[in-house]
Amino acid sequence: MNNIFTIATHELRRFFKSPLAWIILGVVEFLLAMFFLLLLDQFLNPAPWYAGRGVTEIVVASMFQESGIIILLITPLITMRIFSEERRTGTINLLLSSPVSLTELVLGKYLGLLAFFVIMLALIALMPLSMLLGTPIDLLQTASGLLGLFLLTASFAAIGLFVSTLSAQPAAAAIMTFGILLMLWIINMATNTGNETTRLVLEYLSLRNHYNNLIVGVFNSVDVFYYLIVSLTFIGLSIWRLDMDRLPA
Amino acid sequence: MENETLISVKGLYRYYGNYCAVKNMSFDLNRGEILGFLGPNGAGKSTTMQIISGVLAASKGEVRVAGHDISTQPRLAKSHLGFLPELPPLYHDLTVDEYLLYCAKLRGLSRRSALNSTEHAKKLCGLTQVGHRLLRNLSHGYQQRAGIAQAIIHSPSVIVLDEPTSGLDPIQIREIRNLIRELGRDHGVILSTHILPEVQSVCDRVLIINQGELVLDKEIDNLMDKESKQRLKVAFRRPPSEAELLKITGVLNAEQLDSSSFLLELADDQESLDKLVQQAVKSGWGLNQLQVATDSLEETFTMLVSGKREESAQIHE
Repeated sequence: MNNIFTIATHELRRFFKSPLAWIILGVVEFLLAMFFLLLLDQFLNPAPWYAGRGVTEIVVASMFQESGIIILLITPLITMRIFSEERRTGTINLLLSSPVSLTELVLGKYLGLLAFFVIMLALIALMPLSMLLGTPIDLLQTASGLLGLFLLTASFAAIGLFVSTLSAQPAAAAIMTFGILLMLWIINMATNTGNETTRLVLEYLSLRNHYNNLIVGVFNSVDVFYYLIVSLTFIGLSIWRLDMDRLPA
Repeated sequence: MENETLISVKGLYRYYGNYCAVKNMSFDLNRGEILGFLGPNGAGKSTTMQIISGVLAASKGEVRVAGHDISTQPRLAKSHLGFLPELPPLYHDLTVDEYLLYCAKLRGLSRRSALNSTEHAKKLCGLTQVGHRLLRNLSHGYQQRAGIAQAIIHSPSVIVLDEPTSGLDPIQIREIRNLIRELGRDHGVILSTHILPEVQSVCDRVLIINQGELVLDKEIDNLMDKESKQRLKVAFRRPPSEAELLKITGVLNAEQLDSSSFLLELADDQESLDKLVQQAVKSGWGLNQLQVATDSLEETFTMLVSGKREESAQIHE
């Protein structure tokens, strides 16, 4: 447990040693602030089809929707170096020769990564919450949306973490992560081909479907489990993959 | 305490696909001993060291560090072990202090003792002045020292150093060798190198590896002292025959190298050398070169790795 904590804090500290983390936080916040203003403007001058919808639905839910897409785009850049850089610079040898198990190593790295994303989500959440100064919003729906965004990010991070164990080149890891995330994001678009079973499977696999439920305030344990399963699967795959590297072919 | 076995390697094999990088290797390392790993590039030195350190798993065989099996009790075994890989495992965006503190914690030290041992390791490796500098900005020599500091920070029983002096200048090399000698007093040290004098000046025992196989495991002292004869390279303007040379008392062996020079083995006393010179003058051979032949470690090494294994075994056993 101590080892996991040591590795996680080390990982988080090193994020902020590089300008990349600061730039990513700045750019994400800037882009989402623009979306936030546009959404506020839409709420203040509602188009006819917004009739009957509240501020939480128009501003908060849409804001989370945009956040999900932006985080999908930047996750590969954050996760790409997690293991690939350790392998490229040989620092992985330090970790492997230390009295730390592979499970602790992967969990430590993953928690450090999550801590970074929690900071990012906190900054994002402040924007919709700032509306509390002027108008009441549906806090439960906001909480459900925030939980959804966290779970979504957690599964992005696990996928990125796994892909970074595959390659010693960060750029290669980034592209692969992006491909996998985007595919899982849009996979439900293929549902009108194929039969009923395929449709259900593809819909279940889509990262976006489960997220949409949560941001409109439908809290369903199936959706929560989906993200937990994805995260745990890719964490397990990362451990397995690192172990494969040690073992003789 | 003196003869405590810190590393025991038995029947070690490692394959990369079909390629066998380490073949049936067995050796022991005791406390207070410095073991030199010698071999040409690609001989399997690094692979063996990585297996001992738990970075790679063995295909077959057993490795015990301080009595703990590295594959079944990795945590216990690794806590007794410090490893410097060929490329020092540095996080270039950290300062020396931050880096060493992290390494100490990774090795399971509490925060307080991690701080103390960071100071201690810095002092040992001459890093006290650069504690606040980023590893990225340090010269190669200092980076190498940080790599060594990382390996000794938790004062492990076993220290494994893969080419610790590569890329250093002569003064730094001397400092690092002194440091290794000091460490070797109460730890067990394995170091790999392809610099022969380094092994002679630092190590107590030498292992020579060729194509993944252990071809020699010997105390340095034995290697040096066993020679109760001296080897000379001599050249003459009017060379005699080998038979003529062998007639001189004290000449044990003579081998013609080219038309004018010979490699001689003389009994190890001043008299036989005198006799040789007297004979040369008397017969008018025109002695124009007399040179002590290359040191025995280099010779042994060259013989072993150039495939003359059987011959050398006869000479040295």
